[in-house]
Amino acid sequence: MSVSWQTLADALSLGGIYALMAVGIGLVFGVLRLVNFAYGQLVMAGAYAIAYASVWGWPSWAGILLCFAVVLALTMLLDRAVFRPLRTQSPAVMLVATFAVAFLMQSIAILAFGQLGTIASSVGPLNQPWDIGGVQIRKIAIVSIVVAAVCLALLQLLLLRTSVGLHMRAAAMDFRTARMLGIRANRVIGGAVLISGVLAAVSAVMLTARNPQVTPIFALDDTIVVLAGVVLGGLTRPVSATLGGFTIGFASGILGGALPTNQSQYLPTFLFAAVILVLLVRPNGLFLRGGGAAERL
Amino acid sequence: MTLVLDKLHIRYGAVDAVRGLSIEVGRAEIVGLIGPNGAGKSSTLNAIMGAAPVVGGQIRLDGVSLRGRRSEDVARAGVALVPEGRRIFAELTVEENLRLGLAARRSPGGMDSVLELFPMIADARRRQAGALSGGQQQQLAIARALVAEPDVLLLDEPSLGLAPRVVDVVFDALAAIRERGIAVLLVEQRAQRTVALADRSHVLSNGELRLTLGPADANDTDKLVAAYFA
Repeated sequence: MSVSWQTLADALSLGGIYALMAVGIGLVFGVLRLVNFAYGQLVMAGAYAIAYASVWGWPSWAGILLCFAVVLALTMLLDRAVFRPLRTQSPAVMLVATFAVAFLMQSIAILAFGQLGTIASSVGPLNQPWDIGGVQIRKIAIVSIVVAAVCLALLQLLLLRTSVGLHMRAAAMDFRTARMLGIRANRVIGGAVLISGVLAAVSAVMLTARNPQVTPIFALDDTIVVLAGVVLGGLTRPVSATLGGFTIGFASGILGGALPTNQSQYLPTFLFAAVILVLLVRPNGLFLRGGGAAERL
Repeated sequence: MTLVLDKLHIRYGAVDAVRGLSIEVGRAEIVGLIGPNGAGKSSTLNAIMGAAPVVGGQIRLDGVSLRGRRSEDVARAGVALVPEGRRIFAELTVEENLRLGLAARRSPGGMDSVLELFPMIADARRRQAGALSGGQQQQLAIARALVAEPDVLLLDEPSLGLAPRVVDVVFDALAAIRERGIAVLLVEQRAQRTVALADRSHVLSNGELRLTLGPADANDTDKLVAAYFA
């Protein structure tokens, strides 16, 4: 199996985007013990914002701004309407609720925009190649790697160097004790949800640039793979979740690039078989040391 | 600052954990809460912190009701809990654990006065909290609570599982905390030591107050045993 520089760059790029999605999912899980299955639909909504901005003739920066506005508004709405009222319920209730939200958003997208999809042409130029030392690499691959690295570095700074970040980490470990120390539950949850929304918007921009055809099932497959990656890495800590997301994205990119075209349909099979194998050996996740899940809120 | 529990009633489903408990803890006082397992001692502390279902009675801090408030609001009102089992954040450093205590603090300031009380904690600030010994973790849990500069400190079995020498350190620290004017409500299994240290100690059994003892009763073993089995 030989891997070209183009494949390697694409795999790093996909790994970076999946790492962003994974940390977005992992942060919310950390404070709410909630696997947000509707995360992909937030990304889809952001992608539609870019696509329609493009249809209306808006410049790409305005489309990206609209994407952030739409995704953040939906994220906060989801927090107020679903997460907060249900946060003391069992994880099963919250998971089913996010399933319902996911399918609701998808159905609304089908009714509003149709099944066929819309092209986000404004971000199309990012798909053109750069010639780097004689190697053709898509601009979006480089941009995704840089953006993911910057976002993850900023997030790490926030988590490690600020009081808000310290409170989020403590809440992810033991929310009950954190609250008894005076850490405000609503502020921590709101912060985690907001950051998760920002990361969904960034992911929407990157994924739309990689694949400008926006349909109601946009990012659905990516979200399923990322969820597997988050569990693979270790769901209860943002860092392990991020590494899991990156690993599965990178592996997916390498396998996708290495497999012959007529065998590409086997990619998910290989990927998920590997996930199952890893989980059988390390059920707590590849990158999580020691024990089980922290206490629920 | 005075913490008053007035006819407190705690119920989990159909089970009454505490019935009609009335006690008071004033400034610079240590009040002990002793009794057998399942007597309702920890439930009382959790109820004060807004983490146990209160179905009757009142919890007041200087006349202001704490009943029905969220845990974080109780903490920010000036009540700090050192929970059973310490509940330190093992993956964080000692310093980060202490900084978490600042969340409930009502005025700006450092941690120096707390670290004077626990010099070992000051020396271990950069270490991971999970790497500390049990006694050191207990000191960290108390220090973390004190960083919030509370008016009332609740402690749930702080000597549990500690070596006798470390128990001495913890009880010495409690005496020093009282001298700083903090009201202390101490739940303990070491009845004799608690009665000797506390200004008064209440014996709880089956969720009800059975007896109140003073320091002079610490050596009256018959009285203590009778109270436990009442």
